[in-house]
Amino acid sequence: MFAFIVSRILQALPVLLSVALISFAMFAYVGDPVAIMLGQDYTQAQRDALVAELGLDRPFWVQFATFIGNAAQGEFGLSYRLSRPVADLIAERAPATLELAFTAAVLALLVGVPMGVYTGLYRNSWLSRFFLTFSLIGVSLPTFLIGILLILVFAVWLGWLPSFGRGDTVRLGAWTTGFLTVSGLKALVLPAITLGLFQLTLIMRLVRAEMLEVLRADYIKFARARGLPNRAVHFGHALKNTLVPVITIVGLQLGAIIAFAIVTETVFQWPGMGLLFIQSVGAADIPVMSAYLLLISLVFVTINLIVDLLYYAVDPRLRIGRGKGGH
Amino acid sequence: MRKLLMAAALGLALGAGMVEARTVRWSASGDPNTMDPHSQNLGTVTMVLQQIYDPLIQRTQDLGLAPGLATRWEQVEPNRWRFWLREGVKFHEGQDFTAEDVVFSITRAQAPTSNYGIFVDTIDRAVQAEPFVVDVITRVPDPILPNKIASVFIMSRAWSEQHNATRPQNTRAREEMHTVRATNGTGAFRLQTREPDVRTILVRNNDWWGWQEPASREGNVTEIIYRPISSDATRIAALLSGEIDFVLDPPLQDLNRLRAAQGIRVLEGPEVRTIFLAMDVHRDELLYSDVRGRNPLRDLRVRQALYQAIDIQAIHRTTMRGQSVVTGTFFPPQVNGYVQEEDVRLPYDQARARALLAEAGYPNGFGITLDCPNNRYINDEQICQAIVAMWARVGVRAQLNAMPLNLFFPKIQRDDSSIYLLGWGVPTLDALYSFQSLLRSRDGGQGNGIWNYGRYSNPRMDQLIDIMVNQSGEARNNAIREALRIYREDVPHIPLHHQMIPWAMRSNFQIPHMANNQPYFRWARMN
Repeated sequence: MFAFIVSRILQALPVLLSVALISFAMFAYVGDPVAIMLGQDYTQAQRDALVAELGLDRPFWVQFATFIGNAAQGEFGLSYRLSRPVADLIAERAPATLELAFTAAVLALLVGVPMGVYTGLYRNSWLSRFFLTFSLIGVSLPTFLIGILLILVFAVWLGWLPSFGRGDTVRLGAWTTGFLTVSGLKALVLPAITLGLFQLTLIMRLVRAEMLEVLRADYIKFARARGLPNRAVHFGHALKNTLVPVITIVGLQLGAIIAFAIVTETVFQWPGMGLLFIQSVGAADIPVMSAYLLLISLVFVTINLIVDLLYYAVDPRLRIGRGKGGH
Repeated sequence: MRKLLMAAALGLALGAGMVEARTVRWSASGDPNTMDPHSQNLGTVTMVLQQIYDPLIQRTQDLGLAPGLATRWEQVEPNRWRFWLREGVKFHEGQDFTAEDVVFSITRAQAPTSNYGIFVDTIDRAVQAEPFVVDVITRVPDPILPNKIASVFIMSRAWSEQHNATRPQNTRAREEMHTVRATNGTGAFRLQTREPDVRTILVRNNDWWGWQEPASREGNVTEIIYRPISSDATRIAALLSGEIDFVLDPPLQDLNRLRAAQGIRVLEGPEVRTIFLAMDVHRDELLYSDVRGRNPLRDLRVRQALYQAIDIQAIHRTTMRGQSVVTGTFFPPQVNGYVQEEDVRLPYDQARARALLAEAGYPNGFGITLDCPNNRYINDEQICQAIVAMWARVGVRAQLNAMPLNLFFPKIQRDDSSIYLLGWGVPTLDALYSFQSLLRSRDGGQGNGIWNYGRYSNPRMDQLIDIMVNQSGEARNNAIREALRIYREDVPHIPLHHQMIPWAMRSNFQIPHMANNQPYFRWARMN
């Protein structure tokens, strides 16, 4: 088990390094931070001084090595745009993104799994047909459009929920939370639905397909033949066996929710890391962009590891297989 | 609980004697990068800082000059401006305002890390002459110094020294500077909360010296909450749903909807910003054209043809939906030096344009790439699209290359364009700034031709600009007038229009529209 974790962490290092390298190479094309920082009026001398100050005149590999060296020590420098330490900026924004992603994922699971089970069991009921049609909307409408539609209906027409921002937050040590205030919870509703809708429909369709598959399996027939009640057959035997692919997808999607909250955060002006990233792209703020991309790849690697470990917990065959050291 | 309620009631009763609490919540797409008053010369920074900090000289509602921290000023010698300071003013944190603070702030704005260099470019040094008198000594006689000093905010020297912020912030520094998030001005509002990109809350400074001035006596705002919203649709939704009272930059395509909406008012006014096309008139062969061996744009007739092929009224009507002021020159009437008679366009005339092209040796037109930003000016890309179509009708095959501003500006700054669209604002409100930056030959002198990426060069124009720098009175006015005439005849640019800027607000909020696109909340009323 321990050796497994260590080997996975060692595999992750080249992944992180290549992400850093690729993102670093791309920054040459996002624009010129110096032009943006200097504004409308400057002399060539001022420009040269700033370029030298920022170290942008050094060769690519030297810049990259310096960046990796500093990043290894948790030092990401100062944001070009906000003149504040990048680590502070990301630490300030992370709670907003994580709370949003967590809420969206929980929403997707709590609604998606029962809907999937229901549509799997009662294939021909009108409610199942409705769920399936509804899921098509979730899969096919782009996120920003869903967000704007929700804002139009619930903020502009009905006036029930705020159209932007995070509401009031409570500070708990280094963490700021919106879970503890009414305005914070209200502000969370629309962005969480927007962000979670795609995942919700994905989970629903996945659970449904797996359920249909499993219900045809022999052991279900045997279970029924043994006279087990429907409840035990459906949830004890069938649902449990559909969970392996669901865990994989949910795990990977959680990473996607965190990384691609960018669109939702932009639409709702949600003060998270995604919004920070978009604003940094606009200003060619290289220190923030590289730190963010590195962090996101770290998130993906970590989630993959957790998903692998969860397989162990859910699927006994994997444990036995590895124990024998064979196939 | 009851005690608490009673205390609250008592508090309300006491408060009633003072100004009633009036909160205004407003929004724009961008957040200020910094709270440092001498670091970034950007509209988004100034729109918050000018509520907090006072300059020596203030702007009036029509952008004239009025006493600020200085009560009067005079050019006592050609190279010396004298400022008499207001007495009895205090900074928000309690320090007394003195001549030392003025000398310190001007010196700070001159630092290499300052972005406010253009406002202090002619200043040699500032010295204290008497306890409340400061002399600003310039290297050359500078008749428009008060115009420029009106953009320099005054900080407390003691406070800056205490917080180790005697120079504007430096990006290379590993540590964040105190002034990035904290302020200490003398202005009408003081900073209460600053959460970058989330919210910035200012509260009324009841001790501000200016509340008794006639213009601000009506102002009743006690709290200003600024929350940036970068998505256009969301910003407008927040205004419509009543979460926001005032939007500084509503998108043009939403204006008709906003005008029709209940309880929303759209205020429109001119901006001090002119949109024009500039072009490479320097190279012997254009970088992005199918003409080999010669540069068609060096030929006056070709420049005139491109100019006369543009149906500016169509752009005004359709692309700008009436929100522009068509012009034949490159700065608007609010700018000192503007001459009505020189603001005349070459007439729109396609036949004439074709004839001019044929005369210049291009009877079948030619191909060229038009570079254009797509997120900098109002409808910038659409303007370029319209122009490309209009040129096509006289045979000029233009290819549109539209890109975001962070790619566009570095490209033109490398002189890597044959013809491009640019918008030019005039923060000093004096013609010299436009002439010197856009039309002066680039010779390395401070400010000379730094935005002249077409490398236009005309010795007579250079002479006239030097007169504008060094002389005052009638000689200077004549120089500006002649330079404007050369601009009209020599067509170094193809002028298009001055931008109009709309502000949108809820009907219970009133604020004077300003041509510098800055809201002054001291003059605002919330009902």
